[in-house]
Amino acid sequence: MAYPHAHPREVRLLSKYFGDEDAIGIEGWAERGGYVALEKALEMGPDEVTEVVKESGLRGRGGAGFPAGLKWSFMPKDGKRPNYLACNADESEPGTFKDREIMRWTPHQMIEGIIICSYAIRAQHAYIYIRGEMVDVVRVVNDAVVEAYRKGYLGENILGSGYDLELTVHLGAGAYIAGEETGLLSSLEGRRAEPKVKPPFPAQRGAFGMPTTVNNVETLAAVPHIVENGADWYRQWGTEKSPGTKLFSCCGHLQRPGNYEVSLDFNLKELVYDLCGGPPEGRQLRAVIPGGSSVPLMTVDEIDCDVSYEGIEAAGSLQGSGGLIAIDDSACLLRSIRKMVDFYAHESCGQCTNCREGTVWLANILRRIERGDGREEDLPLLLDVGANMAGRTICPLSDSAAVPVVSGIQKFEEEFVAHIKDGTCTAVR
Amino acid sequence: MITGTRTISLEIDGRPVTVPEGTTLYDAARQLDVEIPVLCHDPRMRPVGVCRMCVVDVGERVLAAACVRKAADGMSVITRSDKIERCRKTLTELLLSDYPEGSAREQKSADDLLLQLARDYGIEGRAPSLPRGNGRPQDDSSPVIAVDHSACILCDRCIRGCDEIQHNDVIGRTGKGYGSRISFDLDNPMGESTCVACGECAAVCPTGALTVKPITVPIEADRPLETVDSVCPYCGVGCAITYHVDREKNAVARAEGRDSPASESRLCVKGRFGFDYAKHPQRLTTPLIRRDDYYPKGPLSSDVKGERRKKPGGLVDYDEVMPAFREATWEEALDLAASRLKAIRDEFGPSTLAGFGSAKCSNEEAYLFQKLVRAVFGTNNIDHCTRLCHASSVAALLETIGSGAVTNVFSDVRNADVAIVTGSNTTENHPVAATFIKDAASKGTTLIVIDSRETGIARHAHHFLQIEPGSDVALYNAMMHVMIEEDLIKHDYIARYTEGFEELKGLVARYTPEVAAKICGVSADKIAEVARIFGKANAAIIYWGMGISQHTHGTDNARCLISLALLSGNIGRPGTGLHPLRGQNNVQGASDAGLIPMVYPDYQNVASEEARQKFEEAWGVPLDPNPGLTVVEIIGGALDGSIKGMYMMGENPFLSDPNVNKVRKALASLEFLCVQDIFLTETAEFADVILPATSFFEKTGTYTNSDRRVQVGQVTLEAPGEARLDWEIVCEIATRMGYPMSYDSASAIFEEFTSLAPSYSGLDYDNLKPTGKLWPCPDPETSDGVQLLFGDGFPTSSGRGKFVPVDYQPAAELPDDEYPFVLNTGRMLEHWHTGTMTRRAKALHAIEPEAVCQMNPQDLQAMGLEPGTLVTLTTRRGTITLKVRSAPSVARGNVFMPFHFREASANILTNDVLDPHGKIPEYKFCAVKVEKA
Ligand SMILES: Cc1cc2nc3c(=O)[nH]c(=O)nc-3n(C[C@H](O)[C@H](O)[C@H](O)COP(=O)(O)O)c2cc1C
Ligand code: SF4
Ligand code: SF4
Ligand code: SF4
Ligand code: FES
Repeated sequence: MAYPHAHPREVRLLSKYFGDEDAIGIEGWAERGGYVALEKALEMGPDEVTEVVKESGLRGRGGAGFPAGLKWSFMPKDGKRPNYLACNADESEPGTFKDREIMRWTPHQMIEGIIICSYAIRAQHAYIYIRGEMVDVVRVVNDAVVEAYRKGYLGENILGSGYDLELTVHLGAGAYIAGEETGLLSSLEGRRAEPKVKPPFPAQRGAFGMPTTVNNVETLAAVPHIVENGADWYRQWGTEKSPGTKLFSCCGHLQRPGNYEVSLDFNLKELVYDLCGGPPEGRQLRAVIPGGSSVPLMTVDEIDCDVSYEGIEAAGSLQGSGGLIAIDDSACLLRSIRKMVDFYAHESCGQCTNCREGTVWLANILRRIERGDGREEDLPLLLDVGANMAGRTICPLSDSAAVPVVSGIQKFEEEFVAHIKDGTCTAVR
Repeated sequence: MITGTRTISLEIDGRPVTVPEGTTLYDAARQLDVEIPVLCHDPRMRPVGVCRMCVVDVGERVLAAACVRKAADGMSVITRSDKIERCRKTLTELLLSDYPEGSAREQKSADDLLLQLARDYGIEGRAPSLPRGNGRPQDDSSPVIAVDHSACILCDRCIRGCDEIQHNDVIGRTGKGYGSRISFDLDNPMGESTCVACGECAAVCPTGALTVKPITVPIEADRPLETVDSVCPYCGVGCAITYHVDREKNAVARAEGRDSPASESRLCVKGRFGFDYAKHPQRLTTPLIRRDDYYPKGPLSSDVKGERRKKPGGLVDYDEVMPAFREATWEEALDLAASRLKAIRDEFGPSTLAGFGSAKCSNEEAYLFQKLVRAVFGTNNIDHCTRLCHASSVAALLETIGSGAVTNVFSDVRNADVAIVTGSNTTENHPVAATFIKDAASKGTTLIVIDSRETGIARHAHHFLQIEPGSDVALYNAMMHVMIEEDLIKHDYIARYTEGFEELKGLVARYTPEVAAKICGVSADKIAEVARIFGKANAAIIYWGMGISQHTHGTDNARCLISLALLSGNIGRPGTGLHPLRGQNNVQGASDAGLIPMVYPDYQNVASEEARQKFEEAWGVPLDPNPGLTVVEIIGGALDGSIKGMYMMGENPFLSDPNVNKVRKALASLEFLCVQDIFLTETAEFADVILPATSFFEKTGTYTNSDRRVQVGQVTLEAPGEARLDWEIVCEIATRMGYPMSYDSASAIFEEFTSLAPSYSGLDYDNLKPTGKLWPCPDPETSDGVQLLFGDGFPTSSGRGKFVPVDYQPAAELPDDEYPFVLNTGRMLEHWHTGTMTRRAKALHAIEPEAVCQMNPQDLQAMGLEPGTLVTLTTRRGTITLKVRSAPSVARGNVFMPFHFREASANILTNDVLDPHGKIPEYKFCAVKVEKA
């Protein structure tokens, strides 16, 4: 069964079996080459595995793009304290829906990645922190974990290698902040999902105070492919700094929304217009948000760049989670931005003053402008508050909340001015 | 927190500074006297970095929070720049935008930190056009703390104060983002939560969100308050306090924890909110003499008579008692008291007189009072309530290691690998000492709690052994059995510093864990496990309370604990020791000062020729060489006529002594009784003369806490009416009885006392301020005193500590078909001793207004009793009626009740059998019958 809207220009590495019901169970997965990489990894030394991943240049797919192999190499090797792995399956960034598809169709792809990573970082216990609302996906993952235990891929003496690993599926209770890695760890410990001050970083003091690696589902799902085929093989795609392929969850005003996996040197504009078919008939795109609501808005003029981390950054935004949101001229941008800010105000954990109070200020001022009561001083005020929210808090949620406002004003000032001066909206309805 | 020994060099505002590794930028800046503004940070607490007021520029993309960011080599830090100041200013504006108009903190004490910052940054009022009012509610439910959620800036201080300083774990956060609020338990009103009203949260809150409620006079910032540095009048922890005093109204407006090694600024509900008893309208203000028509003497109020109360409530009804007395002048009252005492002495002999001092009095008062009894009355019949709390502990300690005081301070638990807390409801009876134990338990000390009740401290224990009441000896013998069998004992230590090991070994050989398990109701495995943990510890400390001492085998219990420590060499090193937690604020001092029938000040034996000569010389009169009678013996003497005259200074034996019905008869049959107190106590109803004394707040004196810390309590208030200083009254009586006594001041008395008490030598009022000194203190100018005693032998004749092996013996009165329950008595957090003070403290009374007993919910259910119903408790000695509370902490088959309540006196029920060595009554065990009232 074909997954909706596949496109021949995609490179379907992780998403190859999306839509293939037979790939979900462990037998079907094995028939498709599953767990071969694990056997290979267990024959290598843990540091060798880390080295391959390092060489492959695989970067974190959860939003920050931190090199995965490098992150693993920070984990202590002395065995004095237990090491942990937490697989971040909380996926709540607005506009992002890729991890859940990996888990829904190919849970063993992720689990295999988790076991290999755990082996490499010498973890005795791994956790999948999964968003509790994704009930159907949770069921699939739970079943897959049971299968993996039965097959001896988890538990004691995995495949006779002498390596032991426990894997626990932990359900989140629906807070966006639980996706932030230290918030996730707090929640895993049974506390409120409140991010923790860094440093110390999780590799020094993570879950239950022990060294911990946190990786995104997509990051881990790429690992078996790399271990099986080698770093050079992986580097055939993408750019020097951004090797490999990446899933983009594309939504908004598009003819063919959905997940597309492309090489990381793919052109963003082509992704939007060719793969996704551009905006609906008769409409014009106005803005594209390439990496979830936490990255700056791009104008349509800016999107002629490649989708690599550095490519999008040079063009004025960030790859983020790969949650692409397209906004056409039928939407009020101000309202879209205000709704994003409302989201952050709602999801702020409330620890940091700048974030707790700042998000509400931004939302209130935006709401006022939207109502037609805006004042000219409001734009500098928004920018001032925004500037004070960035780079001063425990976690980057506060920065994220300011991003759409600040980039919106920078790139679409006329939209704001029209609301303030004329009380009108530039949206074509 | 400083974590390393490596040092770090960095630059702050262009100035070089070197700090130990692990130092935060905030602390590093302080070293250069650079002040970085903070809101959420308080040096007493773990930094959390949430308010972001302290941001500084370390040359990174983002600003760093100085309170949490650690200094790093070569770092260049800028603490002030336009960017930073703008950030701090905007932050203040953000917070101020929805801050309520009137901050309770600003109104009460003018120290609202947010408003201070607003002034610093020149922010006038709130920023325009921004969110107004966060709609968060007020919470008035706590009797002592006002909560204004709308003034809360979510700085987390109260949460850490509650969790990490006091370890009560009541406060958390609820909601997300702008809707976040602090919450008590699962978002209950504060007054209905598990809050114990220690007030730490209000003490650390920087804003108007949590403030103390006024108790006496209004707390208003524009009424000038004077501060007096003193100590707490209640328990043996001896917390240091600064009282804020309204001079005009002669009242304490509020109490604040003061930094001292004993309490580190912490307080409990009694210290922080229980100071108003001194202003109670029932204070005695003139001397009183019993009217002729109220002879023969007897009880006056219905409670003391043992009848049904006429009016509800816990206080004596003065209308019932006052008619029996007439006001008198001091001259008349003193003459009468002195002449009657003198007449009895001259006619029947000195040994027919006796005095009860009090552990609430200062060292000076205690010293002078025992001097009066010994040198003027001519007898050693002098005792006080230590007899009822730790006499057995002291007897055991003196017998085995030659000294009755603690060998280490309670806060040193932080250096212990293992701590045993046994027979101590520490969180309620020594709340601030408990904070140190709880803190250590959260940071790696293995806490073993052994008790018949699952008390508050048990919640923090790694191992809790709920033993059958009175089975202690069996348990400890079995622990020693395991330690010896598995060779978890310190042979070197035993060989070098102890004697009697073989006898101990022989005796405990019989006590296998299996044998003990049958007696204690704890599994043999658990006993062995705990024994191993204790035996393997490098440093272990033992705390005990009256659950150990108040038994007919109390001395045996203590002997076992001492043997445990000797066996494992756990005395005299950091993190080790024996610490009987002393009850009253000056139990230690009153004993040190000689309010004990067998010893002069500083435990110099009255039977020793040498000691007697020393005191005869000092006091200029011959002294009685015979040890005197103890508390319960004196009461017995009053009953059989061998004691005829008594002088009580601040003691209330009617409620505190066992078997009230016997005490009632005894007091009524005294030929003459003089009571010196601040209220007309139950005991005073039997008095011939009542002398109005000063309360703690109205006098200066020294008090010695459980740690042996001698601290100065200072005059805080003026005494009411004609009330006089206790020591002056004692001098007047002595002089009138023909022994001229006069001193210029309390410090002059202290000087005389210290000259006769070697342990106190060198101490004086100057070097004791501000935070006291531990005795002994050989070099008071430079040292805080000796914390660890007996690292190198003991003050016994052999220089060795002695093992005294003992067999298990059951309690004197075991439950049977008629009296099927075990009654255990004790105290509760909010009340104190016989309640004379705390039941007259508004806040404490509001929290616990009435007499209650506690039973296991299953027992209640089995008997068809609803919590809150009235029950009748009956023992072989008497009957009382009171409400019952459901308490899972009480094991089935047991009843617990506090003894603070005159309307339902626990001591009507208790058994006055005594421990043969300590002469302490068995308050913790008697058989009782429970019926629905
Ligand atoms: C507010 C916030 C929410 C986040 N939510 C997610 C999420 O849902 N899933 C995720 O994988 N990473 C999320 N992240 C990123 C994680 O903090 C972390 O960088 C990531 O899990 C690391 O994995 P990677 O290196 O494999 O990308 C979030 C970060 C922030 C600041
Ligand atoms: S920035 Fe916001 S979400 Fe992140 S820790 Fe601070 S308050 Fe919580
Ligand atoms: S109540 Fe006070 S101490 Fe507690 S979080 Fe609010 S402002 Fe801070
Ligand atoms: S712990 Fe004791 S000394 Fe300290 S405040 Fe409470 S009652 Fe007073
Ligand atoms: S004082 Fe440092 S963040 Fe609050």
